[in-house]
Amino acid sequence: MSLRTALKAFPTMLRIGFSEAVAYRAEMVIWVLSTTMPLIMLALWSAVARGGAVGRFGQAEFTGYFLAAFCVRQFTSSWVAWLVSYEVKQGTLAMRLLRPVSPLLSYATEVLAGIPLRVVVVLPVVGISLWAAGAERAVPTSLGGWGLFLLGLVGAWLITFYLNVLLGTLSLFMESSQKLMEVYMVLFFVCSGYMFPVEFFPPGARTVMEWLPFRYQMGLPVELMTGAHAAKEAWTLLAAQWTWVAGLGVVSMAVWRRGLARFAAFGG
Amino acid sequence: MNAKRYLRLLGVQLKASGLLALQYRADFLAEGLTSLAWTFTALAPLFVVFGTRPSIEGWTFQESLLVVGWFTLLQGVLEGAISPSLTGMVEHIRKGTLDFVLLKPADAQFLVSTQRFLPWRAVNVLSGVALFVYAFVSLGRWPSLPGIFASLVLLGTSMLILYSMWILVVSAAFFVVKVDNLTYLFTSIFDAARWPSSVFRGSLSWVFTFIIPLALMTTFPALALLGRLPWTWLVGAVVGSVAFAAVARWVWLMSIRHYTSASS
Repeated sequence: MSLRTALKAFPTMLRIGFSEAVAYRAEMVIWVLSTTMPLIMLALWSAVARGGAVGRFGQAEFTGYFLAAFCVRQFTSSWVAWLVSYEVKQGTLAMRLLRPVSPLLSYATEVLAGIPLRVVVVLPVVGISLWAAGAERAVPTSLGGWGLFLLGLVGAWLITFYLNVLLGTLSLFMESSQKLMEVYMVLFFVCSGYMFPVEFFPPGARTVMEWLPFRYQMGLPVELMTGAHAAKEAWTLLAAQWTWVAGLGVVSMAVWRRGLARFAAFGG
Repeated sequence: MNAKRYLRLLGVQLKASGLLALQYRADFLAEGLTSLAWTFTALAPLFVVFGTRPSIEGWTFQESLLVVGWFTLLQGVLEGAISPSLTGMVEHIRKGTLDFVLLKPADAQFLVSTQRFLPWRAVNVLSGVALFVYAFVSLGRWPSLPGIFASLVLLGTSMLILYSMWILVVSAAFFVVKVDNLTYLFTSIFDAARWPSSVFRGSLSWVFTFIIPLALMTTFPALALLGRLPWTWLVGAVVGSVAFAAVARWVWLMSIRHYTSASS
Protein backbone atom coordinates (compact mmCIF):
# COMPACT_ATOMS: atom_id res chain seq x y z
CA MET A 1 0.00 0.00 0.00
CA SER A 2 1.40 3.32 -0.90
CA LEU A 3 0.65 6.57 0.81
CA ARG A 4 -0.93 7.88 -2.36
CA THR A 5 -3.60 5.18 -2.63
CA ALA A 6 -4.34 5.66 1.05
CA LEU A 7 -4.76 9.40 0.64
CA LYS A 8 -6.93 8.91 -2.41
CA ALA A 9 -9.18 6.42 -0.66
CA PHE A 10 -9.41 8.45 2.54
CA PRO A 11 -12.28 10.84 1.63
CA THR A 12 -14.40 7.99 0.26
CA MET A 13 -13.78 5.92 3.37
CA LEU A 14 -14.78 8.87 5.53
CA ARG A 15 -17.99 9.26 3.53
CA ILE A 16 -18.85 5.58 3.91
CA GLY A 17 -18.08 5.75 7.62
CA PHE A 18 -20.31 8.77 7.99
CA SER A 19 -23.20 7.09 6.18
CA GLU A 20 -22.79 4.09 8.48
CA ALA A 21 -22.82 6.33 11.51
CA VAL A 22 -26.03 7.94 10.28
CA ALA A 23 -27.59 4.56 9.54
CA TYR A 24 -26.87 3.34 13.06
CA ARG A 25 -27.68 6.61 14.81
CA ALA A 26 -29.80 4.89 17.44
CA GLU A 27 -26.73 2.91 18.43
CA MET A 28 -24.75 6.13 18.78
CA VAL A 29 -27.39 7.63 21.03
CA ILE A 30 -27.11 4.59 23.27
CA TRP A 31 -23.31 4.96 23.34
CA VAL A 32 -23.62 8.61 24.27
CA LEU A 33 -26.07 7.73 27.01
CA SER A 34 -23.63 5.17 28.35
CA THR A 35 -20.90 7.78 28.86
CA THR A 36 -22.78 9.64 31.54
CA MET A 37 -20.10 9.06 34.17
CA PRO A 38 -18.94 12.74 34.17
CA LEU A 39 -22.52 13.80 34.91
CA ILE A 40 -22.71 11.38 37.84
CA MET A 41 -19.37 12.69 39.10
CA LEU A 42 -20.67 16.22 38.65
CA ALA A 43 -23.54 15.43 41.02
CA LEU A 44 -21.12 14.10 43.63
CA TRP A 45 -18.69 17.00 43.37
CA SER A 46 -21.51 19.55 43.37
CA ALA A 47 -22.60 18.09 46.70
CA VAL A 48 -19.02 18.53 47.92
CA ALA A 49 -18.86 22.10 46.61
CA ARG A 50 -22.04 23.03 48.47
CA GLY A 51 -19.96 22.73 51.66
CA GLY A 52 -17.30 25.11 50.29
CA ALA A 53 -14.81 25.25 47.43
CA VAL A 54 -12.18 22.53 46.88
CA GLY A 55 -8.90 24.12 45.78
CA ARG A 56 -9.78 26.37 42.86
CA PHE A 57 -13.00 24.43 42.24
CA GLY A 58 -16.35 25.88 43.27
CA GLN A 59 -19.77 24.87 41.97
CA ALA A 60 -19.32 26.69 38.63
CA GLU A 61 -15.81 25.32 38.06
CA PHE A 62 -16.98 21.76 38.65
CA THR A 63 -19.88 22.24 36.24
CA GLY A 64 -17.51 23.57 33.57
CA TYR A 65 -14.98 20.81 34.19
CA PHE A 66 -17.29 17.81 34.06
CA LEU A 67 -19.39 19.05 31.14
CA ALA A 68 -16.10 19.59 29.28
CA ALA A 69 -15.08 16.05 30.26
CA PHE A 70 -18.32 14.76 28.77
CA CYS A 71 -17.63 16.60 25.51
CA VAL A 72 -14.00 15.52 25.29
CA ARG A 73 -15.06 11.90 25.84
CA GLN A 74 -17.47 12.15 22.92
CA PHE A 75 -14.72 13.33 20.59
CA THR A 76 -11.86 11.11 21.73
CA SER A 77 -13.57 7.81 22.47
CA SER A 78 -12.34 4.88 20.48
CA TRP A 79 -13.57 1.30 20.26
CA VAL A 80 -10.80 0.00 18.05
CA ALA A 81 -9.47 -2.39 20.72
CA TRP A 82 -12.81 -4.19 20.86
CA LEU A 83 -13.13 -4.11 17.08
CA VAL A 84 -9.69 -5.63 16.46
CA SER A 85 -10.13 -8.27 19.12
CA TYR A 86 -13.56 -9.18 17.72
CA GLU A 87 -12.31 -9.36 14.14
CA VAL A 88 -9.33 -11.46 15.13
CA LYS A 89 -11.58 -13.89 16.95
CA GLN A 90 -14.10 -14.08 14.09
CA GLY A 91 -11.41 -14.21 11.43
CA THR A 92 -12.97 -11.29 9.56
CA LEU A 93 -9.71 -9.39 9.87
CA ALA A 94 -8.66 -11.41 6.82
CA MET A 95 -11.23 -9.49 4.74
CA ARG A 96 -9.73 -6.20 5.80
CA LEU A 97 -6.22 -7.39 4.99
CA LEU A 98 -7.29 -8.16 1.41
CA ARG A 99 -8.00 -4.49 0.76
CA PRO A 100 -5.24 -2.29 -0.60
CA VAL A 101 -5.48 0.03 2.41
CA SER A 102 -4.09 -0.65 5.87
CA PRO A 103 -6.77 -1.95 8.29
CA LEU A 104 -5.55 0.59 10.82
CA LEU A 105 -6.52 3.39 8.47
CA SER A 106 -9.99 1.93 8.01
CA TYR A 107 -10.42 1.60 11.78
CA ALA A 108 -9.29 5.19 12.20
CA THR A 109 -11.72 6.50 9.59
CA GLU A 110 -14.54 4.51 11.13
CA VAL A 111 -13.96 6.27 14.46
CA LEU A 112 -13.36 9.68 12.87
CA ALA A 113 -16.49 9.46 10.73
CA GLY A 114 -18.62 9.22 13.85
CA ILE A 115 -17.44 12.60 15.08
CA PRO A 116 -19.76 14.88 13.03
CA LEU A 117 -22.80 13.18 14.56
CA ARG A 118 -21.34 13.56 18.01
CA VAL A 119 -21.02 17.30 17.48
CA VAL A 120 -24.81 17.36 17.39
CA VAL A 121 -24.83 15.88 20.90
CA VAL A 122 -21.97 18.00 22.21
CA LEU A 123 -23.22 21.42 21.09
CA PRO A 124 -26.22 21.60 23.45
CA VAL A 125 -24.01 20.38 26.32
CA VAL A 126 -21.56 23.21 25.60
CA GLY A 127 -24.52 25.56 25.54
CA ILE A 128 -25.64 24.37 28.97
CA SER A 129 -22.10 24.74 30.25
CA LEU A 130 -21.89 28.32 28.93
CA TRP A 131 -25.14 29.12 30.68
CA ALA A 132 -24.46 27.33 33.97
CA ALA A 133 -20.73 27.85 34.45
CA GLY A 134 -20.10 31.10 32.58
CA ALA A 135 -18.14 31.54 29.35
CA GLU A 136 -14.64 31.66 30.87
CA ARG A 137 -15.15 28.34 32.68
CA ALA A 138 -16.83 26.53 29.79
CA VAL A 139 -14.80 27.22 26.63
CA PRO A 140 -11.48 28.86 25.71
CA THR A 141 -11.96 32.61 25.57
CA SER A 142 -9.20 33.51 23.11
CA LEU A 143 -8.27 32.31 19.64
CA GLY A 144 -4.94 31.08 20.99
CA GLY A 145 -6.79 29.18 23.69
CA TRP A 146 -8.91 27.45 21.05
CA GLY A 147 -5.76 26.52 19.16
CA LEU A 148 -4.18 24.96 22.24
CA PHE A 149 -7.40 23.12 23.04
CA LEU A 150 -7.72 21.68 19.53
CA LEU A 151 -4.08 20.60 19.60
CA GLY A 152 -4.68 18.89 22.95
CA LEU A 153 -7.85 17.26 21.62
CA VAL A 154 -6.08 15.85 18.57
CA GLY A 155 -3.26 14.58 20.78
CA ALA A 156 -5.76 12.95 23.12
CA TRP A 157 -7.54 11.30 20.19
CA LEU A 158 -4.25 9.91 18.88
CA ILE A 159 -3.12 8.58 22.27
CA THR A 160 -6.48 6.86 22.76
CA PHE A 161 -6.38 5.43 19.25
CA TYR A 162 -2.83 4.08 19.60
CA LEU A 163 -3.54 2.58 23.01
CA ASN A 164 -6.60 0.91 21.50
CA VAL A 165 -4.56 -0.49 18.63
CA LEU A 166 -2.00 -1.77 21.13
CA LEU A 167 -4.63 -3.44 23.31
CA GLY A 168 -6.49 -4.88 20.33
CA THR A 169 -3.31 -6.24 18.79
CA LEU A 170 -2.54 -8.07 22.02
CA SER A 171 -5.41 -10.38 21.15
CA LEU A 172 -3.15 -11.68 18.38
CA PHE A 173 -0.68 -12.78 21.04
CA MET A 174 -2.99 -13.87 23.84
CA GLU A 175 -6.09 -16.04 24.00
CA SER A 176 -8.20 -13.19 25.33
CA SER A 177 -7.25 -9.58 25.88
CA GLN A 178 -10.72 -8.77 27.20
CA LYS A 179 -9.62 -8.64 30.84
CA LEU A 180 -6.69 -6.42 29.94
CA MET A 181 -9.09 -3.98 28.32
CA GLU A 182 -11.06 -3.85 31.54
CA VAL A 183 -7.90 -3.04 33.48
CA TYR A 184 -7.17 -0.30 30.95
CA MET A 185 -10.66 1.13 31.43
CA VAL A 186 -10.18 1.16 35.21
CA LEU A 187 -6.84 2.97 34.91
CA PHE A 188 -8.34 5.41 32.43
CA PHE A 189 -11.32 6.15 34.68
CA VAL A 190 -9.22 6.79 37.77
CA CYS A 191 -6.01 8.33 36.42
CA SER A 192 -7.18 10.43 33.49
CA GLY A 193 -9.15 13.13 35.27
CA TYR A 194 -12.42 11.58 34.12
CA MET A 195 -13.80 11.04 37.64
CA PHE A 196 -12.05 13.94 39.33
CA PRO A 197 -9.49 16.56 38.28
CA VAL A 198 -5.92 15.20 38.30
CA GLU A 199 -4.82 18.01 40.58
CA PHE A 200 -6.81 16.41 43.42
CA PHE A 201 -4.27 13.61 43.65
CA PRO A 202 -1.81 13.98 46.52
CA PRO A 203 1.54 15.45 45.33
CA GLY A 204 3.41 12.12 45.04
CA ALA A 205 0.66 10.41 43.07
CA ARG A 206 0.30 13.50 40.93
CA THR A 207 3.86 13.23 39.70
CA VAL A 208 3.16 9.64 38.66
CA MET A 209 0.06 10.85 36.78
CA GLU A 210 2.13 13.44 34.89
CA TRP A 211 4.28 10.57 33.61
CA LEU A 212 1.44 8.22 32.65
CA PRO A 213 -0.43 8.66 29.34
CA PHE A 214 -3.95 8.72 30.81
CA ARG A 215 -3.82 12.27 32.04
CA TYR A 216 -3.17 13.46 28.48
CA GLN A 217 -6.19 11.56 27.16
CA MET A 218 -8.76 13.44 29.17
CA GLY A 219 -7.46 15.81 31.84
CA LEU A 220 -5.30 17.95 29.58
CA PRO A 221 -7.88 18.75 26.87
CA VAL A 222 -10.50 19.38 29.55
CA GLU A 223 -8.19 21.77 31.38
CA LEU A 224 -7.36 23.51 28.13
CA MET A 225 -11.05 23.81 27.29
CA THR A 226 -11.85 25.30 30.69
CA GLY A 227 -8.84 27.62 30.60
CA ALA A 228 -7.03 26.19 33.62
CA HIS A 229 -3.51 26.79 32.33
CA ALA A 230 -1.45 29.82 31.36
CA ALA A 231 0.11 29.56 27.91
CA LYS A 232 3.58 28.50 29.10
CA GLU A 233 2.30 25.72 31.34
CA ALA A 234 -0.03 24.59 28.57
CA TRP A 235 2.85 24.27 26.11
CA THR A 236 4.88 22.17 28.57
CA LEU A 237 1.95 19.78 29.06
CA LEU A 238 1.27 19.66 25.32
CA ALA A 239 4.90 18.80 24.70
CA ALA A 240 4.60 15.90 27.14
CA GLN A 241 1.37 14.83 25.45
CA TRP A 242 2.85 14.83 21.96
CA THR A 243 5.88 12.92 23.21
CA TRP A 244 3.42 10.22 24.26
CA VAL A 245 1.70 10.45 20.87
CA ALA A 246 5.01 9.88 19.07
CA GLY A 247 6.16 7.11 21.39
CA LEU A 248 2.88 5.21 21.35
CA GLY A 249 2.63 5.68 17.60
CA VAL A 250 5.97 3.95 17.03
CA VAL A 251 5.35 1.18 19.57
CA SER A 252 1.79 0.37 18.49
CA MET A 253 2.73 0.22 14.81
CA ALA A 254 5.64 -2.10 15.58
CA VAL A 255 3.48 -4.40 17.72
CA TRP A 256 0.74 -4.35 15.08
CA ARG A 257 3.20 -5.49 12.42
CA ARG A 258 4.61 -8.27 14.61
CA GLY A 259 1.11 -9.32 15.57
CA LEU A 260 -0.11 -9.51 11.96
CA ALA A 261 2.69 -11.92 11.17
CA ARG A 262 1.08 -14.28 13.67
CA PHE A 263 -2.41 -13.90 12.28
CA ALA A 264 -3.74 -16.91 10.46
CA ALA A 265 -7.40 -16.88 9.54
CA PHE A 266 -9.09 -20.24 9.66
CA GLY A 267 -10.10 -21.48 6.28
CA GLY A 268 -7.83 -18.87 4.70
CA MET B 1 -48.14 -23.91 35.02
CA ASN B 2 -47.36 -24.48 38.67
CA ALA B 3 -44.60 -23.01 40.76
CA LYS B 4 -42.94 -26.39 41.36
CA ARG B 5 -42.41 -26.96 37.67
CA TYR B 6 -40.78 -23.55 37.28
CA LEU B 7 -38.53 -24.17 40.26
CA ARG B 8 -37.38 -27.41 38.64
CA LEU B 9 -36.81 -25.58 35.35
CA LEU B 10 -34.76 -22.93 37.17
CA GLY B 11 -32.72 -25.74 38.73
CA VAL B 12 -31.97 -27.20 35.31
CA GLN B 13 -30.91 -23.83 33.87
CA LEU B 14 -28.72 -23.09 36.91
CA LYS B 15 -27.07 -26.47 36.66
CA ALA B 16 -26.25 -25.97 32.98
CA SER B 17 -24.62 -22.58 33.66
CA GLY B 18 -22.82 -23.97 36.69
CA LEU B 19 -21.31 -26.84 34.73
CA LEU B 20 -20.19 -24.43 32.03
CA ALA B 21 -18.54 -22.20 34.64
CA LEU B 22 -16.69 -25.16 36.14
CA GLN B 23 -15.06 -25.77 32.78
CA TYR B 24 -13.41 -22.37 32.96
CA ARG B 25 -12.09 -22.43 36.50
CA ALA B 26 -9.26 -20.00 35.77
CA ASP B 27 -11.94 -17.37 35.18
CA PHE B 28 -12.49 -17.29 38.93
CA LEU B 29 -9.09 -15.68 39.41
CA ALA B 30 -9.50 -13.31 36.46
CA GLU B 31 -12.95 -12.25 37.66
CA GLY B 32 -11.57 -11.73 41.15
CA LEU B 33 -8.87 -9.42 39.87
CA THR B 34 -11.21 -7.39 37.68
CA SER B 35 -13.72 -7.17 40.51
CA LEU B 36 -10.98 -5.76 42.74
CA ALA B 37 -10.04 -3.27 40.03
CA TRP B 38 -13.63 -2.05 39.60
CA THR B 39 -14.12 -1.81 43.35
CA PHE B 40 -11.04 0.39 43.33
CA THR B 41 -12.63 2.75 40.76
CA ALA B 42 -15.70 2.98 42.96
CA LEU B 43 -13.54 3.80 45.97
CA ALA B 44 -10.97 6.17 44.43
CA PRO B 45 -13.31 9.20 44.18
CA LEU B 46 -14.45 8.57 47.76
CA PHE B 47 -10.88 8.72 49.03
CA VAL B 48 -10.36 11.97 47.15
CA VAL B 49 -13.68 13.49 48.26
CA PHE B 50 -13.25 12.60 51.91
CA GLY B 51 -9.66 13.77 51.81
CA THR B 52 -11.07 17.29 51.60
CA ARG B 53 -13.72 17.11 54.35
CA PRO B 54 -15.13 14.69 56.96
CA SER B 55 -18.73 14.41 55.76
CA ILE B 56 -20.82 15.15 52.69
CA GLU B 57 -24.58 15.71 52.81
CA GLY B 58 -24.65 13.97 56.20
CA TRP B 59 -22.62 10.93 55.09
CA THR B 60 -19.23 10.09 56.60
CA PHE B 61 -16.60 8.06 54.78
CA GLN B 62 -17.50 4.79 56.53
CA GLU B 63 -21.21 5.30 55.89
CA SER B 64 -20.59 5.99 52.21
CA LEU B 65 -18.53 2.80 52.09
CA LEU B 66 -21.74 0.93 52.92
CA VAL B 67 -23.41 2.47 49.87
CA VAL B 68 -20.47 1.50 47.67
CA GLY B 69 -20.62 -1.96 49.24
CA TRP B 70 -24.26 -2.36 48.21
CA PHE B 71 -23.41 -1.00 44.78
CA THR B 72 -20.64 -3.60 44.36
CA LEU B 73 -22.82 -6.41 45.67
CA LEU B 74 -25.67 -5.56 43.33
CA GLN B 75 -23.21 -5.24 40.47
CA GLY B 76 -22.29 -8.85 41.18
CA VAL B 77 -25.95 -9.85 41.01
CA LEU B 78 -26.42 -7.81 37.85
CA GLU B 79 -23.39 -9.18 36.02
CA GLY B 80 -23.74 -12.71 37.31
CA ALA B 81 -27.44 -13.32 36.96
CA ILE B 82 -29.12 -10.57 34.94
CA SER B 83 -26.87 -9.16 32.18
CA PRO B 84 -25.76 -12.50 30.64
CA SER B 85 -29.37 -13.32 29.81
CA LEU B 86 -29.87 -9.82 28.44
CA THR B 87 -27.03 -10.33 25.98
CA GLY B 88 -28.48 -13.69 25.03
CA MET B 89 -31.92 -12.19 24.51
CA VAL B 90 -30.61 -9.45 22.21
CA GLU B 91 -28.89 -12.19 20.18
CA HIS B 92 -32.21 -14.08 19.98
CA ILE B 93 -34.05 -11.07 18.62
CA ARG B 94 -31.33 -10.20 16.11
CA LYS B 95 -30.95 -13.72 14.78
CA GLY B 96 -34.64 -14.54 14.89
CA THR B 97 -34.15 -17.54 17.18
CA LEU B 98 -36.57 -16.05 19.68
CA ASP B 99 -39.28 -17.94 17.83
CA PHE B 100 -37.96 -21.20 19.26
CA VAL B 101 -38.20 -19.80 22.78
CA LEU B 102 -41.74 -18.59 22.19
CA LEU B 103 -42.76 -22.05 20.97
CA LYS B 104 -41.67 -23.75 24.19
CA PRO B 105 -44.42 -24.67 26.63
CA ALA B 106 -43.25 -22.35 29.42
CA ASP B 107 -43.47 -18.64 30.06
CA ALA B 108 -41.17 -16.84 27.59
CA GLN B 109 -40.09 -14.20 30.08
CA PHE B 110 -39.04 -16.90 32.51
CA LEU B 111 -37.10 -18.81 29.86
CA VAL B 112 -35.14 -15.86 28.49
CA SER B 113 -34.30 -14.47 31.90
CA THR B 114 -32.83 -17.71 33.17
CA GLN B 115 -30.98 -18.80 30.05
CA ARG B 116 -27.51 -17.94 31.26
CA PHE B 117 -25.74 -17.28 34.57
CA LEU B 118 -22.09 -16.41 35.15
CA PRO B 119 -21.37 -17.69 38.67
CA TRP B 120 -17.79 -16.38 38.72
CA ARG B 121 -19.08 -12.84 38.38
CA ALA B 122 -20.51 -13.29 41.84
CA VAL B 123 -17.04 -12.46 43.20
CA ASN B 124 -18.37 -8.90 43.35
CA VAL B 125 -20.82 -10.04 46.01
CA LEU B 126 -17.86 -11.08 48.16
CA SER B 127 -16.16 -7.71 47.56
CA GLY B 128 -19.35 -6.00 48.67
CA VAL B 129 -19.56 -8.03 51.87
CA ALA B 130 -15.87 -7.33 52.57
CA LEU B 131 -16.62 -3.60 52.27
CA PHE B 132 -19.48 -3.94 54.80
CA VAL B 133 -17.22 -5.70 57.28
CA TYR B 134 -14.47 -3.12 56.85
CA ALA B 135 -16.92 -0.21 57.20
CA PHE B 136 -18.47 -1.57 60.38
CA VAL B 137 -15.13 -2.48 61.94
CA SER B 138 -13.93 1.08 61.43
CA LEU B 139 -17.27 2.45 62.67
CA GLY B 140 -16.64 0.43 65.83
CA ARG B 141 -20.13 -1.07 66.05
CA TRP B 142 -22.30 -3.68 64.41
CA PRO B 143 -25.71 -3.35 62.75
CA SER B 144 -28.78 -4.32 64.78
CA LEU B 145 -30.73 -7.49 63.97
CA PRO B 146 -33.84 -5.63 62.72
CA GLY B 147 -31.45 -3.51 60.64
CA ILE B 148 -29.94 -6.59 59.00
CA PHE B 149 -33.41 -8.04 58.44
CA ALA B 150 -34.62 -4.81 56.83
CA SER B 151 -31.54 -4.65 54.59
CA LEU B 152 -32.13 -8.26 53.47
CA VAL B 153 -35.72 -7.40 52.58
CA LEU B 154 -34.36 -4.44 50.63
CA LEU B 155 -31.86 -6.71 48.88
CA GLY B 156 -34.86 -8.65 47.64
CA THR B 157 -36.64 -5.53 46.44
CA SER B 158 -33.45 -4.21 44.79
CA MET B 159 -33.03 -7.41 42.85
CA LEU B 160 -36.66 -7.22 41.79
CA ILE B 161 -36.15 -3.63 40.58
CA LEU B 162 -32.92 -4.47 38.76
CA TYR B 163 -34.62 -7.37 37.07
CA SER B 164 -37.60 -5.22 36.09
CA MET B 165 -35.32 -2.55 34.65
CA TRP B 166 -33.69 -5.32 32.66
CA ILE B 167 -37.06 -6.43 31.28
CA LEU B 168 -37.77 -2.83 30.28
CA VAL B 169 -34.42 -2.52 28.48
CA VAL B 170 -34.96 -5.82 26.68
CA SER B 171 -38.39 -4.67 25.59
CA ALA B 172 -36.62 -1.78 23.88
CA ALA B 173 -34.66 -4.36 21.88
CA PHE B 174 -37.88 -5.29 20.07
CA PHE B 175 -38.13 -1.77 18.68
CA VAL B 176 -34.47 -0.79 18.07
CA VAL B 177 -32.62 -3.44 16.14
CA LYS B 178 -28.88 -2.95 16.55
CA VAL B 179 -28.54 -3.08 20.29
CA ASP B 180 -25.39 -5.00 21.18
CA ASN B 181 -24.56 -2.22 23.56
CA LEU B 182 -27.77 -2.26 25.59
CA THR B 183 -25.86 -3.82 28.47
CA TYR B 184 -23.59 -0.78 28.59
CA LEU B 185 -26.58 1.52 28.69
CA PHE B 186 -28.02 -0.54 31.48
CA THR B 187 -24.85 -0.54 33.61
CA SER B 188 -24.34 3.18 33.03
CA ILE B 189 -27.81 3.93 34.36
CA PHE B 190 -26.94 1.79 37.34
CA ASP B 191 -23.65 3.71 37.80
CA ALA B 192 -25.56 6.59 39.34
CA ALA B 193 -26.42 4.33 42.28
CA ARG B 194 -22.87 4.37 43.60
CA TRP B 195 -23.29 7.49 45.75
CA PRO B 196 -25.65 8.18 48.64
CA SER B 197 -28.79 9.47 46.95
CA SER B 198 -28.69 12.74 48.91
CA VAL B 199 -25.90 14.04 46.63
CA PHE B 200 -28.51 14.36 43.91
CA ARG B 201 -30.59 17.50 44.17
CA GLY B 202 -33.91 18.72 42.83
CA SER B 203 -35.46 16.95 39.89
CA LEU B 204 -32.61 14.40 39.63
CA SER B 205 -33.25 13.20 43.16
CA TRP B 206 -36.94 12.80 42.31
CA VAL B 207 -36.12 10.86 39.13
CA PHE B 208 -33.71 8.54 40.95
CA THR B 209 -36.22 7.78 43.68
CA PHE B 210 -39.47 7.39 41.76
CA ILE B 211 -38.77 6.91 38.03
CA ILE B 212 -35.50 4.93 38.07
CA PRO B 213 -35.51 3.83 41.71
CA LEU B 214 -31.74 3.82 42.25
CA ALA B 215 -32.01 5.31 45.73
CA LEU B 216 -34.04 2.28 46.80
CA MET B 217 -31.30 -0.08 45.68
CA THR B 218 -28.18 1.18 47.45
CA THR B 219 -28.97 4.07 49.77
CA PHE B 220 -31.98 2.50 51.49
CA PRO B 221 -30.22 -0.77 52.44
CA ALA B 222 -27.20 1.21 53.68
CA LEU B 223 -29.51 3.32 55.84
CA ALA B 224 -31.18 0.15 57.08
CA LEU B 225 -27.83 -1.31 58.17
CA LEU B 226 -27.07 1.94 59.98
CA GLY B 227 -30.49 1.73 61.66
CA ARG B 228 -31.59 5.05 60.21
CA LEU B 229 -34.25 3.87 57.77
CA PRO B 230 -37.81 4.79 58.81
CA TRP B 231 -40.26 1.84 58.67
CA THR B 232 -42.54 3.76 56.34
CA TRP B 233 -39.73 3.95 53.75
CA LEU B 234 -39.24 0.20 53.97
CA VAL B 235 -42.92 -0.43 53.33
CA GLY B 236 -42.80 2.13 50.51
CA ALA B 237 -39.83 0.33 48.94
CA VAL B 238 -41.60 -3.03 49.00
CA VAL B 239 -44.84 -1.66 47.55
CA GLY B 240 -42.96 0.46 45.01
CA SER B 241 -40.78 -2.38 43.75
CA VAL B 242 -43.75 -4.71 43.32
CA ALA B 243 -45.56 -2.00 41.36
CA PHE B 244 -42.44 -1.41 39.25
CA ALA B 245 -42.21 -5.13 38.50
CA ALA B 246 -45.88 -5.20 37.49
CA VAL B 247 -45.34 -2.33 35.05
CA ALA B 248 -42.28 -4.07 33.60
CA ARG B 249 -44.25 -7.28 33.10
CA TRP B 250 -47.01 -5.36 31.35
CA VAL B 251 -44.50 -3.63 29.02
CA TRP B 252 -42.93 -7.02 28.26
CA LEU B 253 -46.27 -8.53 27.30
CA MET B 254 -46.99 -5.51 25.06
CA SER B 255 -43.60 -5.81 23.33
CA ILE B 256 -43.93 -9.53 22.78
CA ARG B 257 -47.23 -8.85 21.03
CA HIS B 258 -45.47 -6.24 18.89
CA TYR B 259 -42.77 -8.76 17.92
CA THR B 260 -43.00 -10.00 14.36
CA SER B 261 -40.70 -12.95 14.09
CA ALA B 262 -37.88 -13.22 11.59
CA SER B 263 -39.82 -15.43 9.23
CA SER B 264 -43.14 -13.63 9.05
